[in-house]
Amino acid sequence: MIGVNQFPEYKVPGAVQHQFNPYENNGGSIVAIAGDDFAVIGADTRLSAGYNIFSRDHSKLFTMTSKAVLASCGNWGDSDTLSSFLKYKVQQYADAHENREISLNALAQLMSTMMYGRRFFPYYVSNILAGTYEGKGYVYSYDPIGHCERHTYRAGGSSAALLQPILDNQIGLKNMEQKPNVPLTVDRAVDLVTDAFISAAERDIYTGDGVNISIITNNGVENRRVQLRKD
Amino acid sequence: MANHGVNIGPFWKDGPSAGSFYNFPGNSTNQSANDYGKQASTGPITTGTSIVAVKYDRGVIIAGDMLVSYGSLARYHNVDRVFQINENIILGITGDYADFQFIKQVIDETILADFSMDDKIAMKPKDLYTWLTRVLYNRRSRFNPLWLDMVVGGMQYDEPFLGHINFRGRAYTSDVISTGFGTHLALPILRERSEKGTMSEADAQEVVKKSMEVLFYRDCRGYPRYSQANINDQGCTVTKHDVQQNWDVAYLIKGY
Repeated sequence: MIGVNQFPEYKVPGAVQHQFNPYENNGGSIVAIAGDDFAVIGADTRLSAGYNIFSRDHSKLFTMTSKAVLASCGNWGDSDTLSSFLKYKVQQYADAHENREISLNALAQLMSTMMYGRRFFPYYVSNILAGTYEGKGYVYSYDPIGHCERHTYRAGGSSAALLQPILDNQIGLKNMEQKPNVPLTVDRAVDLVTDAFISAAERDIYTGDGVNISIITNNGVENRRVQLRKD
Repeated sequence: MANHGVNIGPFWKDGPSAGSFYNFPGNSTNQSANDYGKQASTGPITTGTSIVAVKYDRGVIIAGDMLVSYGSLARYHNVDRVFQINENIILGITGDYADFQFIKQVIDETILADFSMDDKIAMKPKDLYTWLTRVLYNRRSRFNPLWLDMVVGGMQYDEPFLGHINFRGRAYTSDVISTGFGTHLALPILRERSEKGTMSEADAQEVVKKSMEVLFYRDCRGYPRYSQANINDQGCTVTKHDVQQNWDVAYLIKGY
């Protein structure tokens, strides 16, 4: 008599063996930059899979509070689910705390916990959370299973490897002998995000069509749209 | 046993003994599913092909041909794949037709419950779209997907609505949507027209007609007869159409 205990879990005869792949790479790139008293976050607006483009005007930015914007890309079904779930949690917090907004750092930790909750069936997404906390700009980035890290600038998604070096050079001022000591302005940050996306759209087929940019200052969130190449 | 106590064994190697059943090769019924787990279905069996959908200035059109295939076999003819769900919603499906019949029954029950409220408020397309997104995402998360590409259209108050959900829970809204082979053959035609500006109802009818024609000529799982649902502020109609076929150049094709 054969028994389950004679086999490793994944080789039990008749065990659920699936060819079905629950994941789909829908592309997309995201960038965020933190300034002294602001944060800028951008995401392209292409939704694709393989060589198909499903939409050229598809927002990957989610305004969570008046001080926090989430950018999420990868498997769109997961991004959709995670962002909706997070919005629900933000509302739940407000309802439990006399309509006060959840703070950026609390939201950052909450998202990490939620993502790690799916450790063994992860949300296949690249996330960046940007905003302000006590008047200062912050950027948090995540890996798919919820590792969270704070940065001053960060790129994610299909063009992460194309965008991050631009930011390392222009904002991080890496490997420079003489570093200019000029504080980052909102206008320069927006220009940088725009230029970085223009460069990425040139080489990455999963990035293009347009960029949505959110600027988070102490006055709230401002949204902008820039066109990219559509091929 | 019917062989009077004499065990003569199977008729051939791995074959049946006298008076017992034969376990056909490749049939897994000799292994009990309950003991170790289960194998869920992982692919579509009887399938419908492309759906073509466009939004125009005051409404939405969804069209799909009337064939349900079993692999390369044209199995069921004159089957509807485009439906009116209620006074505000139309729906088109690509993919496994059995999965569709299952979900259609659930949708119809929901619509009946909604209607029975008798509050003169009918469900809107966005409601069905978000609900279907959750259903398809949850099914894929349980590794038991509903193998469907669903196109939801309709009137969201006075605005036309058009959305697409696939079996992995990928959902988006757009002015033009096509599924299956239509993503390659029909979408370029629809987008070329859509990018010129908002369509009138006649423009939309024309571009859908052209798309269905191309799909019939080039999609091997296509069919010349198609149904088309049209919804706008005046109401909803579902009509049947035939592709105007032209084989005048067929005589030029020689050598096969």
